[in-house]
Amino acid sequence: MKQEFPGYYTFWHKLGAYSLKFSAWLVLFFLIMPILVILPLSFNVEPYFTFTPGMVRLDPDAYSLRWYEAIVENDNWMLAIKNSFIVGIFATILATFFGTLAAVGLSSQYMPYKRLIMALLLSPMIVPLIIVAAGMFFFYTKFNLAGTYTGLIIAHAALGIPFVIITVTATLSGFDRSLYFAGLSMGSSPLKTFRDVVVPLIRPGVISGAMFAFVTSFDEVVLVLFLAGPGQRTIPRQMFSGLREQINPTILAVASLLILISILFLLTLEYLRRRSERLRGLEHIN
Amino acid sequence: MTADNASHYLRFDGVKKSYDQKSLVVKDFNLDIAKGEFLTLLGPSGSGKTTVLMMMAGFESVTSGDILLDGHPVTRTAPYKRNIGMVFQNYALFPHMSIAENLAYPLKVRKMAKAEITERVYKYLKLIELDQFGGRTPAQLSGGQRQRVALARALIFKPSLVLMDEPLGALDKKLREQMQLEITRLHKKLGFTVIYVTHDQSEALTMSDRIAVFEDGVVQQCASPEELYEQPANSFVADFIGENNLLPGTVIETVKGIAKVKMLTGDEITARCADCGEGNSECVVSVRPEKVFIVPGDHHYENKITVKFTNCLYVGDFIRYFFELPDGTEVVAKFLNDHVAPKLSEGDKASLYIRTKDCFAFKVK
Repeated sequence: MKQEFPGYYTFWHKLGAYSLKFSAWLVLFFLIMPILVILPLSFNVEPYFTFTPGMVRLDPDAYSLRWYEAIVENDNWMLAIKNSFIVGIFATILATFFGTLAAVGLSSQYMPYKRLIMALLLSPMIVPLIIVAAGMFFFYTKFNLAGTYTGLIIAHAALGIPFVIITVTATLSGFDRSLYFAGLSMGSSPLKTFRDVVVPLIRPGVISGAMFAFVTSFDEVVLVLFLAGPGQRTIPRQMFSGLREQINPTILAVASLLILISILFLLTLEYLRRRSERLRGLEHIN
Repeated sequence: MTADNASHYLRFDGVKKSYDQKSLVVKDFNLDIAKGEFLTLLGPSGSGKTTVLMMMAGFESVTSGDILLDGHPVTRTAPYKRNIGMVFQNYALFPHMSIAENLAYPLKVRKMAKAEITERVYKYLKLIELDQFGGRTPAQLSGGQRQRVALARALIFKPSLVLMDEPLGALDKKLREQMQLEITRLHKKLGFTVIYVTHDQSEALTMSDRIAVFEDGVVQQCASPEELYEQPANSFVADFIGENNLLPGTVIETVKGIAKVKMLTGDEITARCADCGEGNSECVVSVRPEKVFIVPGDHHYENKITVKFTNCLYVGDFIRYFFELPDGTEVVAKFLNDHVAPKLSEGDKASLYIRTKDCFAFKVK
């Protein structure tokens, strides 16, 4: 691709432009490469973390699905996958519900101490995770919640709530309050108006918030280390111990699956973002 | 006040509103509205007219006073139980529902039978001449079409009252005039009761049965458009509605409602006394530019003032002349652009003739 420069560009301008481009690509390369390199390695027939000569020659015999089979055969991995989904899904439901309510409440003009409450609710995102985890561990032990699904789900929900609040608040900021008033004036109760009018319009924000909450729970390891008993091991926790104990490419296979899931989530997010932009566009016409 | 219930179908009784517990946005608002009446709250922005509407709808609380609808206080009824239709300036159509679904919504909330809903929606779509558009979304309609839908949606559940908050504010001039006719047509046909809020006086004058001119939280005058224009109650109304020349002076005496006023130039003129007081008080005399004549006709003109011509503006069907009194006060006169329209050049002396009944003396605020 030939780049066209404005006529007044000197040699140094051009050099600057090219080096900016080069460094951008370099950053991208270092960010993406470690992720991309995992994908082929997870199909390695040998129990190594390096490319074998066979793999480099693209010899079909050098590739296999044995590490994927190993996941399915290993009870620990299957339990971890199950746990990750259980904790992730329930934490997401809780975070989405409470986060949306909080965002709606915080967007009300009558809400006192808005900034303070917002800061408190967002704090799990800002405070170092290890501190949150240690605090939760001591606190939850008092209520016999440490080492239970309930405890882990609540902890992950608390981590997910800030994401939901941020995305829903952003959607609500463009929300036209007269739509809500219109619903009331037509005889619909506040709750029904909220369900019929507000929820459909803030749905993109709610869904992307839910996605973030799920991904947060799905790859969270610090809280799990503190709060989960052996029965609640999640995928990241299993990978963590797998790295120390039995190093083999099963972990790469799991990682590849996680990458796949992440990509699916990103695509969904992008789809939702476009959809919500369409809704925004409509508000502008209005 | 007449005793029959129809003339005070809706009554505002000493309604006050304060947002900060210190200053009143609406001060002692009293008004009776008859069933089927088209009443406009007209006032500059910040005068409190929208606050009155919001209290009526229930979206703002009433600080003190009562609002009675058909004899019952509505202040203790939740907004969604008041059965009041509302049209918003930005239409407030639900963007995720089709036009037909928007219209059906208030009926669905009222648990009306499906067949009946379909029928009523079709009837109202036809009424606003959008019967081909039921399946479209609000985004696919033009501004005027959207406001027609908003109007139909506020009327379709046969509310006891319809509130309109500057509904035509977002439309361009031509569309606004079309919509004024459309609203008037629907009002005549369906006979609903309307409180209409606007800051556009021509809109208020052409559409309303009565207009309440609102300023500083108080109704300055509530009267028919004609009365408001021909007999303003005070200097604010005179200045706000239409165009007026305001000539300062002093009341010498008031006899039988006619005030003798000494102007700053020393000339004496007679005017109808609106709220000018008895005598020896400062006042302004207001007279409309179209009630000032330069060529005396068959009428008898009681007042004659001598002025100097400064400038004129050619508007088209009429010409606007600017004169100056010896003390510098500007006097505007509007003459039809016909063969008797005077030809003047700057500095020319001229005599202006005004009838006493067209002059109003107001006290200075």
